[in-house]
Amino acid sequence: MQSIRTDQGDQTSRVMPDATHKQLRIATRNCGFIDPESIDDYIGVRGYQALATALQAPPAETVAIVKESGLRGRGGGGFPTGLKWEIASKNKADQKYMVCNADEGDPGAFMDRAVLEGDPHSIVEAMAIGGYAIGASKGAVYIRAEYPLAIKRLKKAMDDAKAYGLLGENILGSGFDFDIEIKYGAGAFVCGEETALIRSMEGQRGEPKTKPPFPAQSGYWAKPTIVNNVETYANIPAIILNGADWFSSIGTEKSKGTKVFALAGKIRNTGLIEVPMGITLGEVINEIGAGCPGDKKFKAVQTGGPSGGALTSKDLDVAIDYDNLIAKGSMMGSGGMVVMDEDDCMVSIAKFFLDFTMDETCGKCTPCRIGSKRLYEILAKITSGDGSMEDIDKLKGLASVIKDTALCGLGQTMPNPILSTLENYWDEYVAHVQDKKCPAGVCSALLTYSIDPKKCTGCGLCAIVCPVSCIAGAKKEAHSIDASRCIKCGSCYEKCKFDAVLKS
Amino acid sequence: MQSSSCQAAAGCSLPKYAAKTGPLYQEVRDFINALDTKEGHLVTVLHKAQSTFGYLPVEVQQFVADEMGLPLAQVYGVVSFYTFFTMVPKGKFPISVCMGTACFVKGASRVLEAMKEQLQIGVGEVTADGKFSIDTLRCVGGCALAPIVMIGDRVFSNVTPGQVKKILAEF
Repeated sequence: MQSIRTDQGDQTSRVMPDATHKQLRIATRNCGFIDPESIDDYIGVRGYQALATALQAPPAETVAIVKESGLRGRGGGGFPTGLKWEIASKNKADQKYMVCNADEGDPGAFMDRAVLEGDPHSIVEAMAIGGYAIGASKGAVYIRAEYPLAIKRLKKAMDDAKAYGLLGENILGSGFDFDIEIKYGAGAFVCGEETALIRSMEGQRGEPKTKPPFPAQSGYWAKPTIVNNVETYANIPAIILNGADWFSSIGTEKSKGTKVFALAGKIRNTGLIEVPMGITLGEVINEIGAGCPGDKKFKAVQTGGPSGGALTSKDLDVAIDYDNLIAKGSMMGSGGMVVMDEDDCMVSIAKFFLDFTMDETCGKCTPCRIGSKRLYEILAKITSGDGSMEDIDKLKGLASVIKDTALCGLGQTMPNPILSTLENYWDEYVAHVQDKKCPAGVCSALLTYSIDPKKCTGCGLCAIVCPVSCIAGAKKEAHSIDASRCIKCGSCYEKCKFDAVLKS
Repeated sequence: MQSSSCQAAAGCSLPKYAAKTGPLYQEVRDFINALDTKEGHLVTVLHKAQSTFGYLPVEVQQFVADEMGLPLAQVYGVVSFYTFFTMVPKGKFPISVCMGTACFVKGASRVLEAMKEQLQIGVGEVTADGKFSIDTLRCVGGCALAPIVMIGDRVFSNVTPGQVKKILAEF
C-alpha cells in the first residue's frame, strides 16, 4: 500500500491507514493517493473511463447496472439508488436535475468532506453518469458553506473537466450535455431531507414537503430530480467499471458494497474508515479502532447521529448493515460513529441529541416542533435531579407518538436516542430520578466537588487551572473549593496528581 | 418600491432604509445584477451580503428585499431559518465552540461554561469592548482533535476548561 499523503487539506479529513486489513476502499479509493487538484492524476487511475463507457451504451443500461449492483443511498435512508434512477428516467420532462447532497449536517461525521476534498473528480464524473442515465442535462451540488476547501477543489475539478471536454456541451463527442452548478447550504440539519434540500436550493426556508410526489417525479423547480449523497455518487464510477456482480459480491444479502464511517469519541484510533457491509461492530470498535483509551470500559456507540440510537457492548457481534441496525433501534445514518466509555452518562447523551433536534426542527409540523421541546424539558428535569418515575413514562409515551406522527425523517427518528437509551440503560434513568445520582458522574447538578484535606499537598495546581478562581488555600496547606461559585467543570479533578479532589 | 417616494417626502420614517449607498451596498448590488436570474437565488445573495457586511441587520435585509423584488418578510424568514446567517455583529475575535457529538463526549460543554464564565457573556453575545463573541457550532469535521474551539481563523484542539484563560490571553 502506498503511504497516505497528508497534504490534502488538513489531516483530520484523511482516511485512516489500514493497519488491520479489515478495510476495503471503494468510495474513498483515491482519497490520499492522488492529487485532488490534478485531473491528470484522476485520469491516471481510470478516471472518467466509467463516463466514457456509459456514454457508449443506451442510458437504460447504466440504470440497470446500478440497479443490479444493489447500491443503496449512503446518506442514511438506504433507498435503492438504481430504483430511484429508474423512476426518474421513466418520467418525461423537458428538464431533469441531478443533485448531489453535500450538506453534511450530522455532527461527528465528515465522510463527504473527505471525498470532496480528496477526490472531487469522482463526484463530477458520477453526476454526469447519473445525468446521462436519467436524461438530465443539469446538475447541482448543494454544499455546506462551512467547507471552503471542498468548495474550492470541487470548483477546480469542474473547470478542469470542462476544459477537457468531460463536462459541458457534447461530452466526449457523444452529443450529451451536462453542466453542474454549486448551491450553498446555510446551516440547517433538516436540509438533509431531500424535499427540504430542494426548497433550500430554490432560495426558500428549508422545510420538507409531504411525499408523494417524490422528487424523482417533481422536485427542483417541479422537475424530476434525483438527490443522492456524496458517498453514493463516489461508488458509481467503480460500479460501472467493475460491474454490478463485482459490487454485489461485497456485503450482506440486502446491503451491498462498503460504508464509510467517521470513528470518533472515546476511541484510540479516530478518523475515517471504509469497511465492507457485514463487518461486526466489535471488529470496528476493538480492532480497527483499538478500543477505548486509558483502559476505560466501552459503554456504547452512537450510529446515525441524532437520528440513531445507542448500541451497547451486547451488540458488538452485530453485522453492520441497514436492516440489522434498524432492528437494534438505531440506523446506518450517514456514517457517524461516536464511541462512549464508562464515564459517559447516557441520559445526558440523550439530552444532548434532543437539544440538537430541538434547535434544528424546522417548525412545520407540531409533533416535531413542540414534541422535541417537551422531550428536552423532561430530560433536563431528570438530569437536574427533579425527575420522577412518572416523567420516564411520559418520556417513553411521547417519544413513541412523535415517531409515528412527525412529517419527515428528522421528526420520525428524533426519539431514537431516547428510546434506545431507555431500552438499554433503564437503570441509569432510574438512578437519576430515584437515587438522585448520576452513575457516570456527568450531570453537574447531581455532583459536588470537594478537596480531601488529608491528601491535598497544597501544590496549588487546582487553583491555577480553575477557570472561575473558586479554589483557595495557603501554599503547602490544604486547599478548599467554594461550592457556591464552582461551575463543576472538573478541571481540578483532572489535574490533581494526588487524587485529592473528590467527585460525589 | 416604496422607498423611492419616501426619499422625496421629508420627515418620512423610512429614509434610513433608503440610504443604501456606499461601496458595500454597491458590491452586493453588482453581485445581484451579475446573476443570470434572481429567481431562487435569495440564499446565494444573503451569503454574499453577510460576507460583505459581516452580518445581516434589518437595513441590509430591506436592501436585499428591494433589489430582489421580494417582501421583507420572506427575506427575514430565510435569514432567521438558517444558523449560518446572523442578525447581530460578531466580536473582533469570534469564538466558536464546537458542540458536535465527538466534542460533546470529550467535554466541550465544560469548555463552553468556562468560556462564558471567563468572558461574562452568554452564547450569541459580544463582550462590551466588542473584542470577543461566543457561538457554538455543529461539527467542523475535525472530530479526531475534539474538543475543538475556533477563534477567528485559528483552531485550538483538545481544549480543556483549564486552558481557556491562557487561550484568551493570546488575543
